[in-house]
Amino acid sequence: MAEARIPTVIADELHIVYRVNGAKTGKGSATAALSRILRRGSDDTARGVRKVHAVRGVSFTAYRGEAIGLIGSNGSGKSTLLRAVAGLLPAESGKVYTDGQPSLLGVNAALMNDLTGERNVILGGLAMGMSREQIKERYQGIVDFSGINEKGDFITLPMRTYSSGMAARLRFSIAAAKDHDVLMIDEALATGDRKFQKRSEARIRELRKEAGTVFLVSHNNKSIRDTCDRVLWLERGELRMDGPTEDVLKEYEKFTGK
Amino acid sequence: MSDRPSPDEGLSPAELAAKYGLAVSGARPGLGEYVAQLWGRRHFILAFSQAKLTAQYSQAKLGQLWQVATPLLNALVYFLIFGLILNADRGMAREVYIPFLVTGVFVFTFTQSSVMAGVRAISGNLGLVRALHFPRASLPISFSLQQLQQLLFSMIVLFVVAVAFGSYPRLSWVLILPVLALQFLFNTGLAMIMARMGAKTPDLAQLMPFVMRTWMYASGVMFSIPVMLADHPRWIADVLQWNPAAIYMDLMRFALIDGYGSENLPPHVWAVAGGWAALVALGGFVYFWKAEERYGRG
Repeated sequence: MAEARIPTVIADELHIVYRVNGAKTGKGSATAALSRILRRGSDDTARGVRKVHAVRGVSFTAYRGEAIGLIGSNGSGKSTLLRAVAGLLPAESGKVYTDGQPSLLGVNAALMNDLTGERNVILGGLAMGMSREQIKERYQGIVDFSGINEKGDFITLPMRTYSSGMAARLRFSIAAAKDHDVLMIDEALATGDRKFQKRSEARIRELRKEAGTVFLVSHNNKSIRDTCDRVLWLERGELRMDGPTEDVLKEYEKFTGK
Repeated sequence: MSDRPSPDEGLSPAELAAKYGLAVSGARPGLGEYVAQLWGRRHFILAFSQAKLTAQYSQAKLGQLWQVATPLLNALVYFLIFGLILNADRGMAREVYIPFLVTGVFVFTFTQSSVMAGVRAISGNLGLVRALHFPRASLPISFSLQQLQQLLFSMIVLFVVAVAFGSYPRLSWVLILPVLALQFLFNTGLAMIMARMGAKTPDLAQLMPFVMRTWMYASGVMFSIPVMLADHPRWIADVLQWNPAAIYMDLMRFALIDGYGSENLPPHVWAVAGGWAALVALGGFVYFWKAEERYGRG
């Protein structure tokens, strides 16, 4: 490699802790809650606030042009790590440094089922930080890509009237309409019917080309192999392995007994 | 992956970040930068508030008609109880009391629902906060804006009631605009304070209805404070009259109702109204901004 590698994301001894209220073992009764308040001032565990240590001391450096896969069993902290890199979840200790604003692919939380598809396209675009002009420009592209209007004029109906597949297609189309510096995809690949899946895979490849660095969370080893040249393996919040895709996946497959 | 040792070998993560100009992810921007970011998101703030407003009644058969019907029914219930049964209209003619009561209910509801929406602005939208980047103050501001639009619908009802009881449009109705603007600023500041507190302590959503109801009864929504407290020490009535909810209600009544003259207003009323708005809006904004990077924690 002639040119120097430029880091885009640096995670330094990152710890993430969730606090869950009222999840003390056994009784979630009123008396338990009361004693929790009375014991205020003492430490969190005594007050019945359970701590979940989701990411424990993860460090890595990602470089421009890399596509990095994140693997690990359910609850191993993959999504949490992505959110922390995006700056959406504050770290308990440690730091994440990024070049520009990393963004998660997904706008589900900003959309409203009671609104028409049309208004959701605009609302979702604005929520992702697009300008009104950008949205106007891309509006037709989003609707066409989703294929919502293939079976009639559905875009002017409230989203609650859509089938789950149709809604998922529209959500993906809105989310994928924006370009990102550092793009993070959280298992959003397999939505809709076969035809739409192919289309969305192509769109993801396009986004990857435009983005500086890509993170992909997936349980599908095939899609990791297709997309990523480096893999981080998380287990119980710890970084178990970090290396070229083939090496890590071989170990991971041995671990999961496949 | 490169064969030659990289020139970055041996740098600590922080030094490496500094060398390539990487910034800490999710750090809180400065106050000026934050205001600029918010301004950049103004279209989102407005669209989100309108979307919430529309979504509210989208399943009802009468649809958006409820925007007007809800405040009308609300006023009717209060009139039934306080006007007909309890006779709270002491010291006022009927054609003053009815618009007096309806104005009070609507103006107070504006503050009340802004506070209630503020408490849940962050804690009820944690999914959104954990998925997308935007200055978090967009949420409480957007919810107050939704309440303002809701109030504008109520104003239609209010105008009809005023005219029906003999207060016809006149020059003083123009004063409604500055009153609304000041109250909106006050409400937004309060919503931001509640949003930060509610993000840390979601229990506030259970507690606030009682606080708000106490505040309502103490602010003279359905009775005139000086008349009702005539045989109590003077300072009690003074304190109640200077509280922001009572100030905005009285100003609105003064602007709208023919028989409600300036003799019902406390001294320096405009200065107090402006002072409350500036204090709470600025204070609330800075208070909210101070925890900006922590809202995702929930």
